[in-house]
Amino acid sequence: MGEFKVHRVRFFDYMPTAIRAMAFNAHTERLALGRMDGSVEIFNFADHYFQEKVIPGKDSRSIEALCWVGGRLFSAGLNGEITEYDLENLRPKYSLEAYGGPIWTITSNSQGAHLAIGCEDGTVKLFEVLEESIQFERNLDRQKGRIISLSWHPSGTQIAAGMMDMIRVFDAVSMLTTVLLVDRGFGGSKSRETVVWSVVFLSDCTIISGDSAGKVQVWDGHTGTLVKTHLVTKWDVLALSVSKDESSVVVGTSEGTVIQFQFIAPTLQQQQDKEWVRTRTFKNHTHDVRALAEIETAIVSGGMDTQLVVRPLLEKFDERSHASALRKIQFPHRNLVFCAKKAGLLLFQFPGQLELWRLGESDGHGKPGDSLPLKRKPEKLLHLKRKGEDHICCSALSSCGGWLAYSTMSSVRLYRLQTDNNDISITKVPKLPKILRSAHQLCFSSDSSKLFAASSQSSVLVIALSQSECKYVHTLKPKSGSRQPIHLMTNSVDGKWLATANSDCEIHVYNVQKLKLHCIVPVYGSCPSAMGIHPTTNNLTMVHADQQIFEYSIVEKQYTDWSRKLQKQGLHNLWLDRDTPVTHVTFNPKNPEQILLHDMHMFCIIDQSLPLPDQKTQFYNQMTLRSLSEQERPSHLHAFKICKTFQDLLSVSLLDDQSLVMVERPLLAITSQLPAPVRQKKFAT
Amino acid sequence: MATLFEGFTLCGLVQTQSASDSAIQGIELDGDSDHAVVTDSTRAVTLYKVSDQKPLGSWTVKQGQLLTCPAVFNFQTNEYVVVSDNKVIRVWKEEDLHLDKAFKATVSADVWRVHSAPGGEPVVLFQRGAVRLLDSLLSAPQQPIEDILSEEEKEVIRWSTNIVAEKQHFVLFTTEQKGEHFLYVQRLNPNTLQKYRLEREDSRAPPLSFSASLRDKHINLLYLYPNGCVYQSVVAVQGPVGLEGVQALPRSLRLRLPVGEGELGAASAVALDEAHVAVVGMPHPSARTGKDFLCIWNTNFQTLQADKEMVGRICGQVGILRIVWCYLGKLFVPHGKALSVIPYECQKSSLASALGKLRHPGIAVSKSSVAIPSWNTLLHGDQPQGPTKIVDSRKSVLTVVHLQPFQTGPVEEVRREVEALVSRGDAQDLQLSVGRLACQLVARSQVETAFYAPGALARLVKTQCLCHSMCPDLLLLALEHKDYFLCQLCLQLFPDIPEVVTCACLKTFIGNEVLQTPYSDNLLVPHLKDLNAPQVILFLQYLQFIYLKYSQDVYTQTPVLRSPTMTQIIDWVCLLLDAHFTVLVMAPDAKGLLSNLQSFVKSQVKLFSELGKIEGSLQELHKMKPSKDISQYSIEVIELF
Repeated sequence: MGEFKVHRVRFFDYMPTAIRAMAFNAHTERLALGRMDGSVEIFNFADHYFQEKVIPGKDSRSIEALCWVGGRLFSAGLNGEITEYDLENLRPKYSLEAYGGPIWTITSNSQGAHLAIGCEDGTVKLFEVLEESIQFERNLDRQKGRIISLSWHPSGTQIAAGMMDMIRVFDAVSMLTTVLLVDRGFGGSKSRETVVWSVVFLSDCTIISGDSAGKVQVWDGHTGTLVKTHLVTKWDVLALSVSKDESSVVVGTSEGTVIQFQFIAPTLQQQQDKEWVRTRTFKNHTHDVRALAEIETAIVSGGMDTQLVVRPLLEKFDERSHASALRKIQFPHRNLVFCAKKAGLLLFQFPGQLELWRLGESDGHGKPGDSLPLKRKPEKLLHLKRKGEDHICCSALSSCGGWLAYSTMSSVRLYRLQTDNNDISITKVPKLPKILRSAHQLCFSSDSSKLFAASSQSSVLVIALSQSECKYVHTLKPKSGSRQPIHLMTNSVDGKWLATANSDCEIHVYNVQKLKLHCIVPVYGSCPSAMGIHPTTNNLTMVHADQQIFEYSIVEKQYTDWSRKLQKQGLHNLWLDRDTPVTHVTFNPKNPEQILLHDMHMFCIIDQSLPLPDQKTQFYNQMTLRSLSEQERPSHLHAFKICKTFQDLLSVSLLDDQSLVMVERPLLAITSQLPAPVRQKKFAT
Repeated sequence: MATLFEGFTLCGLVQTQSASDSAIQGIELDGDSDHAVVTDSTRAVTLYKVSDQKPLGSWTVKQGQLLTCPAVFNFQTNEYVVVSDNKVIRVWKEEDLHLDKAFKATVSADVWRVHSAPGGEPVVLFQRGAVRLLDSLLSAPQQPIEDILSEEEKEVIRWSTNIVAEKQHFVLFTTEQKGEHFLYVQRLNPNTLQKYRLEREDSRAPPLSFSASLRDKHINLLYLYPNGCVYQSVVAVQGPVGLEGVQALPRSLRLRLPVGEGELGAASAVALDEAHVAVVGMPHPSARTGKDFLCIWNTNFQTLQADKEMVGRICGQVGILRIVWCYLGKLFVPHGKALSVIPYECQKSSLASALGKLRHPGIAVSKSSVAIPSWNTLLHGDQPQGPTKIVDSRKSVLTVVHLQPFQTGPVEEVRREVEALVSRGDAQDLQLSVGRLACQLVARSQVETAFYAPGALARLVKTQCLCHSMCPDLLLLALEHKDYFLCQLCLQLFPDIPEVVTCACLKTFIGNEVLQTPYSDNLLVPHLKDLNAPQVILFLQYLQFIYLKYSQDVYTQTPVLRSPTMTQIIDWVCLLLDAHFTVLVMAPDAKGLLSNLQSFVKSQVKLFSELGKIEGSLQELHKMKPSKDISQYSIEVIELF
């Protein structure tokens, strides 16, 4: 196969922010995740936990809690506002000041008719959910002290509110309140108020609370009496989530543990005397577990250590399989790194800034495994801070390195870059067409003459670029009438084709020269996670969240023979069992047989000229091949050449000089930037 | 494990007019734990000293009068109480000679039963459901008795008992009304009555027997249906007070007994402890029908733990429901012409003792899953099915097995027939027919001393459908004939060989196979004690020999089929030493052996302490795995093949 020179890049200081809240919509199987920076991510649990949508954050926005009402998503935060999101245009639909000070929590009743929020000033405010908005209805009896957590009784007539040192139960019908007093911690913490971080109200009127004194308490809501106290941690119990059938409750603690309680009979003999019994402890986090959801078959947790963990409950699976494996989602399922292949430049996208780097150079050659001496170090050419409060949602760098663009929710900015030797000059292109207000995706044509901007309802704006001006040309619209945003966009090297993919899993191919829709690739059930158009054959290669690979001939408007062969034979189980999606597809212009792909844990070159591996073939065979002699090798070759030398990969691209750029972001580097976890006594320390 | 010991006959029984009627109305205890008060079905109450099997006293009512309820002992006043002709309560002491001269009182309603238990006052349960304490009733015998059960709706009591728990006294009775069955729980002081509806069995057949016991502040009701299902229902002692109306009584299936063709006529199940149930009046799973057995089943593991054939029909009458009594480790079973007393013992069951321990992890686990038949799976498939299905499957088995050649044919013909049967049968049918066949062949060998079919038996054992409890005489027969090949096969393939048999094998020969037999420590040790000193020394020497052999080539050792593991050897050494240590210390020719063993232990201890020391260092080495220092940026060369 051959040798590659690899630029191993570890200077992209990508830092995900902590997870603050989550809400699972069992009906659509979507998990909404709120991060500290105010961004919201939507994961499709029905489609391999694919990160379907990202709503960028905003400086002034904070998210304390998220809640679904049907298919509508609401958040509330310490800025005192309730926000409803427009999930089609990936932006807040509207924000509403609640006039109660910072909001700690938001929750809807099971009927979906009302929202309740808990405010710093001690009020629980009820909002009626209307067709297009929400409307303030009334305050419940105002209390002294803040309302930290809320839970509706499934009947919708009572609300339990977690406060400081107490839980209050409001009855919406009788207007009466019941007070449950929560103990403080022991010893030194006796003087500190206990914060009831989380409550759940079950249909049998049992209330379960988790508080800052490390207790999980079970209350009888009828009588207002404490039934049982479980001291689970020396630190805080932060989050609670109850399973749909109310037979299990999970709690998240500051120690990073998730503890499960189940409503079971303590002995086999007394099956009818059920009680809440602590059953299992999971430790998949190093820091606070701030957000939790117990879904049908798994416990989903997230917190300060920024990773989303899906821990399947093994008793819900008949056999150990791919689906029953622990899953950690650490990296976004989209690109944050853009490479100018001709110029050897890298663009790193952060929420608040863009960084432009020039790769280094080396002398001479080396044997495989060698590190080459550096002639020139990599260099940061540019640090471009965004304007305004809105975070950057997408960016693009032209392959010649002459243009740079980024978009926030409110504006698109385009820059002209000029590099000669060591000097770089950047000029903002002043007058952009009015129609170009924001974009979900941006990309430049390979000859840098056009900018494509993915706009609302899956449409694409075509902007012509020249030295002197920047002109709107056309809007490409899909025939399907889909309202979903485009999350992938790629164009062909010959400048003729543009392919877009949206959250409806639709892939449209446009003829850019004729400015019209060329074809729609047959819709596949799983969302495409990466795609690319081959530079010579103009075949579109798509990789989906379920790891399936398709190759579609744009010219012939049909799947290629290779794709059919692959589908007929089926992908190797080890390929299908990988748990991170492929996020990049690229090609080798010098060797048209090669398709380059990568996910977080591996980099792969598919050689279409070689036989496909069947299930009996050793799939990860690079080590074996290395040990074989030249003569023996050919009989062992197969199409998938997988290299796992590079880990925690954010991007892989192939420069025009045939060298690879691997951008790694070691998880250890992310962990080391987190604040110290709560101190835990280890044996003999 | 549970054990049924050798029983004895307490007394002969007079046959009543109808063969199915029981000659015994009831058996009760009195103040002496060795006494039994037996009330026959007509006129007599007899007090027996059980261990001597001798009557101490007998009381009868006049001709024309009839005892209508079993006599009970009032533990508070040391008097006996019985009811004659439904309404006359008689109270007498042991020294009274004539029942006629004893105290009697006539009450205003028909009495169903008088119940008494240590620690509680006797209670009188009337046929229409009312309950009175005996004392208060006798103080005003003619007091009006209310009707709990309505006469028009024909609700009648089928069974009753009483339970005395610390300071609480319960009377439980079941009733039948229009095919439906109800449980009444009457609590005394304060008086509350709770009524439960029993779930109806698909066949609509009434329950054959009830048994109630108190455990963990819950009343456990165990009941048996003619289709062989044994259900358990649990009623809390501190039950839901004040709940009105009839509540459904949830039940759980504890056991599904094989019932043979048709349904059980008269059978009774009684709970011995939380895991064991004694069942009388059902056929043995692998014996011919037409014989009645007393079996102890473990409900946790669904295994048959002990069994005993009861000669003659078990006496019982549908409706009386009671054909076995269980007091203080003894089962009282009237059958044929006798009332037998059979002592039993149930040890706390654990999985290890049910399945045995130390199965060879590599080979045996997969086998054991085949070899331990669950009666449920065997008879009904995985899903519990209705009784009709059971009959079908039994019939199909019967048609497969042509019994003729096995009963009379020569050895060679038997072998051929067995071969043909084994190769043709499918797994489910095979399991049952193999068991029956093996029992038949063994039985025949026992009768005809000239007949012994080692080939056929070995073939049957090799199907792995047999286990020891299915055909307990097989291994002993093989031992008797010194057929070591068959013995070894059994030892390899049977998961449930009792420790006593294992030891019997040990006495005859020492092999690999014995060491690998599953066992549980506390049961094996007593049997090991039966070995004499030379046998023990020989055995230890053998163990030492294989131990040495193993420790020499521990690195070259490949897992050989049927070789005991190191752990198994060590375990046996420990057990033998446990059982015979004092004897061995005294025996001069064991001295060398013991000191050798001691040096093994010493060397092992030393080895482990040394290993412990280097463990830490090894872990450090592991951590020191050279981690390449990777900088922020490098240009490397990789090669893909």
